[in-house]
Amino acid sequence: MSGGWRIPGRGAEIDRARPLRFRFDGRDMEGFAGDTLASALMAAGVRVVGRSFKYHRPRGVMTAGAEEPNALVEVIEGPQQTPNVRATVQELYGGLQARSQNRWPGLSFDALAVNDFLHPFLGAGFYYKTFMWPRQFWERVYEPLIRRAAGLGSLSGRADEGEYEKAYAFCDLLVIGAGPAGLMAALRAGRAGADVILAEADTQLGGRLLADLPEIGGQGARDWLAGVRAELAALPNVRVMTRTTVTGAHDGGTYGALERVGLHLADPGDLPRECFWRIVAKRAVMATGALERPIAHPGNDRPGVMLAGAIPAYVNRWGVAPGRRVVIFGNNDSALSAARALTAAGIEVAACVDPRPEAAVLEEFPVYRAAQVVGTRGRMGLHTVQVRHAGGLSEVQADVLGLSGGWNPTLHLACHMNGRPQWDDRIAGFVPREGMVRGLTAAGAAAGRFSTSQCLDDGARAAGEALAAMDMAAPEVTPPAAEDAPYGIAPFWAVDARGRAWLDFANDVTTKDVAQAALEGFASVEHMKRYTTQGMAPDQGKNSNTAALAVLADATGQSIPETGTTTFRPPFVPVSIAALGAGARGKGFAPERRLTSDAQTRAMGAPMIEAGLWYRPSYFPRAGETTWRESCDREVTMVRGAVGVCDVSTLGKIDVQGPDAGRYLDFLYTGRMSSLKPGRIRYGLMLREDGHVMDDGTCARLGEGHFLVTTTTAAAGQVMRHMDFVQQGFCADWALRFASVTEHWAQFALAGPKARDLLNTLLDQPVSAESLPFMACQPVSMAGVRGRLFRISFSGALGYEVAVPARYGAALFARLVEGAEALGGGAYGMEALNVMRIEKGFITHAEIDGRVTAFDLGMQRMVSAAKDCIGKPASERPGLMEDGRGQLVGLRPVDPSDAIDAGAPLYTAEAPARAASWQGHVTSAGYSPTLQGWLALGFLAGGRARHGEVVRIHDALRGRKLMARVCDPVFLDPEGRAMRG
Amino acid sequence: MRIPCPCCGWRDRREFTYYGHETFLHRPAPDAGAEAWDDYLHNRENPAGPTRDLWYHDPCGSWVVVARDTVTHAVAGGEGLA
Amino acid sequence: MADPSVTLTVTGGADGLGLPLRHGDCRLTAQPVATASLIAPYPGRVAACSAALAALGLAFPAPGQGLSAQGARIVWAGREQAFLFDAAPPDGLAEHASLTDQADGWARFLLQGTGAEAVLARLVPLDLRAGSFPQGRVVRSLLGHMPLLLIRAASDAFEITTYRSMAGSAVHELGRAMRATAARG
Repeated sequence: MSGGWRIPGRGAEIDRARPLRFRFDGRDMEGFAGDTLASALMAAGVRVVGRSFKYHRPRGVMTAGAEEPNALVEVIEGPQQTPNVRATVQELYGGLQARSQNRWPGLSFDALAVNDFLHPFLGAGFYYKTFMWPRQFWERVYEPLIRRAAGLGSLSGRADEGEYEKAYAFCDLLVIGAGPAGLMAALRAGRAGADVILAEADTQLGGRLLADLPEIGGQGARDWLAGVRAELAALPNVRVMTRTTVTGAHDGGTYGALERVGLHLADPGDLPRECFWRIVAKRAVMATGALERPIAHPGNDRPGVMLAGAIPAYVNRWGVAPGRRVVIFGNNDSALSAARALTAAGIEVAACVDPRPEAAVLEEFPVYRAAQVVGTRGRMGLHTVQVRHAGGLSEVQADVLGLSGGWNPTLHLACHMNGRPQWDDRIAGFVPREGMVRGLTAAGAAAGRFSTSQCLDDGARAAGEALAAMDMAAPEVTPPAAEDAPYGIAPFWAVDARGRAWLDFANDVTTKDVAQAALEGFASVEHMKRYTTQGMAPDQGKNSNTAALAVLADATGQSIPETGTTTFRPPFVPVSIAALGAGARGKGFAPERRLTSDAQTRAMGAPMIEAGLWYRPSYFPRAGETTWRESCDREVTMVRGAVGVCDVSTLGKIDVQGPDAGRYLDFLYTGRMSSLKPGRIRYGLMLREDGHVMDDGTCARLGEGHFLVTTTTAAAGQVMRHMDFVQQGFCADWALRFASVTEHWAQFALAGPKARDLLNTLLDQPVSAESLPFMACQPVSMAGVRGRLFRISFSGALGYEVAVPARYGAALFARLVEGAEALGGGAYGMEALNVMRIEKGFITHAEIDGRVTAFDLGMQRMVSAAKDCIGKPASERPGLMEDGRGQLVGLRPVDPSDAIDAGAPLYTAEAPARAASWQGHVTSAGYSPTLQGWLALGFLAGGRARHGEVVRIHDALRGRKLMARVCDPVFLDPEGRAMRG
Repeated sequence: MRIPCPCCGWRDRREFTYYGHETFLHRPAPDAGAEAWDDYLHNRENPAGPTRDLWYHDPCGSWVVVARDTVTHAVAGGEGLA
Repeated sequence: MADPSVTLTVTGGADGLGLPLRHGDCRLTAQPVATASLIAPYPGRVAACSAALAALGLAFPAPGQGLSAQGARIVWAGREQAFLFDAAPPDGLAEHASLTDQADGWARFLLQGTGAEAVLARLVPLDLRAGSFPQGRVVRSLLGHMPLLLIRAASDAFEITTYRSMAGSAVHELGRAMRATAARG
């Protein structure tokens, strides 16, 4: 070990033949393949890896796992940076760049370390007490100040361009954790033929075996592990997932798990960074082990102070010594084991300090009985440990102090469904109860059974129980012999001595803060937590919650079980939002529905707008047109004067068949559809059962027992669901069935005085005004292709809609556009369609927004008095048919040069624009080139009786004020001559 | 959360759309009066424990009455309407 | 008058999507739908439908079932409905069931390769293990957010059918999952 920190002959997981260069805080360093960033930094002699959250105190690596509170760094990849990465989890790769956090300008000198000197003023509740007055300072001074000081890592400010993944998996048994208990459980269940998923957060199987290297079945731990690994790999029914942390236990046997897929590779290629798994398991074994807890003593946050059990992990797994002289301070037998392991590895143990009076003394190192660590010294790293013992106070030179206050079973997952663990005096910790999560059993250290032998036995037991619960045979297994030392512990949480003693390192919470919270009345554990921020850092109190609870119990004179425990919620470790939402960025956010005319439409330069999931053309710009309005005005004029073509395939089309189809539609629609003659079409309204309008559309009777109903684009899914509910819930025995045929048909509107001329250039049998009157339909044939023709109009112009199977859609659209252009027309988009329907007072979901009744729309006559229908009884409630309700009206600016915005509120003309004079709102607006001015539709209180009145439009949001005259909502051709012509 | 569809078996909750309590199946007569319709449309128990509510399995088009427990989140079963 | 020289050319649902697609050992190909009728028996008429379908050597399928005979295939497609592929509905069927032509409404793909199950595990919230989803089994589910009719065509092959309008998104999603799965080797 001379000079360096690596230990020859130790470190089975690093490959000394593969050195890797990396960079930390701008310094180039070297580690080995297999290192974590933490072990590599340790080997490079880096002691201070970050600054603490509040006091900006220098901090070093504390643990060897995901619970790390101190070694949180930013990892930088090109323009990206990932904050709060635990250096103990991040695997080293060549070229890794990391940066320490929460310091400025640098780790060794940090300006905000001044906070540390101010600590008497920065205790619990400091924010609440300090930033209260003057009130004017809240937003201008305090908030920016707090925001700048708050948080740990920083973000790049750019969108995360990385690839993430999510996936589903199913199994009989999910084994969470691959320590001795988890491995035995997986082996037994695997041998029994169950489908097993073994999820291990670490890079490899073994758990604590990797750090402690006990003998198992007469073999070295690594040899035994190699055998188990080989056997599991050979079982096709066992799926081993390493680098996968189970993050949550959810309803119905569903578990969330985060897999680190590409984060450890210099060049991940097409691999995603992370994969978020949803694992559905019939049963689960929680073999998550236990987490060691520190002891709160003055100066316990100095770099070099770490968990006792982490030291052999660094020595045995990565062959690195955290220091040259170690003091161990622990209240339980595992601390002594750690000290012995270090001695065996050739690391000098300067002292073992044990608060228990009966502690063993026959060791190769000095043992202080009934002793405590009361202080530490060393500015940027530990060099002296102060020990108080029966003989007085000793100063021990050491650069590492290993703490062990006992072990907490890692029972977080068991608590995710609101179950509460129970206190176990035997281990001075909480253990899970049976049944906290249905189907999940704890095993091994997670159940408070700590010896290797107990873990092996318990894993086998848990698998046996799970197999029995699934009615699967569970062949007996004999777990191998292993160490079975009793676990002796005397509860010991905090040293009573002068000086700050840390509980929560990540959030800088000390024992004094917890006592202070209790003193100020925040004595319930949930209040204390929020007042002090204890347990609210990225480690979520994994290291500190139990000790904090003990300190609170002490302060309030209660026992720990009486004090309770805080609630553990998913996720167990931080999960990136990017992984949870994997695939949902950009095109993955929602499917795109494309029209058959899509390619040609885009080729024509039309900007596309979303309509539900569909993409529809906004307008079709032509040479010389520089604004959308120019194109829109031209397209409206083109339809009114010649002919336009528009793809209307997005409208929902539902085919209804059967002898009872008419009866069913009568129940669904406000109007009567059963009296419709074959070959005719009727406009219809559907209500929700609460009496409000759900959707509108047409109903065409194609044959005696054959109808085709249309829905609006937006409501197609809702209408289908509603129709299924009505049919399955109320008339399941009626002879009818229906199916969506939206996707099968490409449908195009032809509108304008020359629509029939255009149509007849395509039809194998031409139609005339008389042969196919308004609101009639018939089968047609075009170039031998069989289609359907509907004489309906959403523009008020002479109009047809022609439908062909979708495979012909692209060809028909091209032919129609070509034909229309030859007649002085062309394609039109949504903008023109919207203007023309406003000119005619036709409604869309801008009007039927879910709060509107047929009465409000002036369509009460469409609700048949002679029959029941969905929504009719409720629509007749007095409140839904009152004159004071908003009623559909038309609006035109008094000053023709004024424009109107949709959404603008309406007020009475005489009164100022105040809530008291509010009269309704504008739903749709557009410029009509036909009528040379802006037109709007809206709902105005009692509007039908107010035609001719002037109202005030005051759109404060867009700063537009004008006066408008109320009129009938049909602005153009109220008799409908054009569309009937 | 996993929900049983009478056609398809147990499926992930994302395949379903929620509607409301099974009360919606008991549509009053058109002339049952304001109180009956008010109860049908709006008034619901808020049980801590077993409840039965309506879910739509979008992929297959089945409406399902799901028996579940609002306290334990356990789903006991599901049956079709017809 | 109609111009007799006009013809309407056919565009397939998967045209222009860059298929076939290959990543690793997985291959995605278009499987055009020639004919497809959706058959939905009226209440109590399943047996009568099966009788009519016997002319094709078929019967109305149970949930999750697919049957084929003499080149025709019938596949369960949802609550009390089934797709008849590659044959015209037999005479007499319309008396007992609603029939709709759906041939142009769907885009169909075949995903084949040892990684096919892993690819779909990234998009489909279903238990696809062979024990739960054996060859020939049919399910309705979701492909990401898209409607899905999924058939296990072979131990390493799946027939994927979704809305024609969403074919582009389906290929995009499948391609992405195929790439990531292939990268895992």
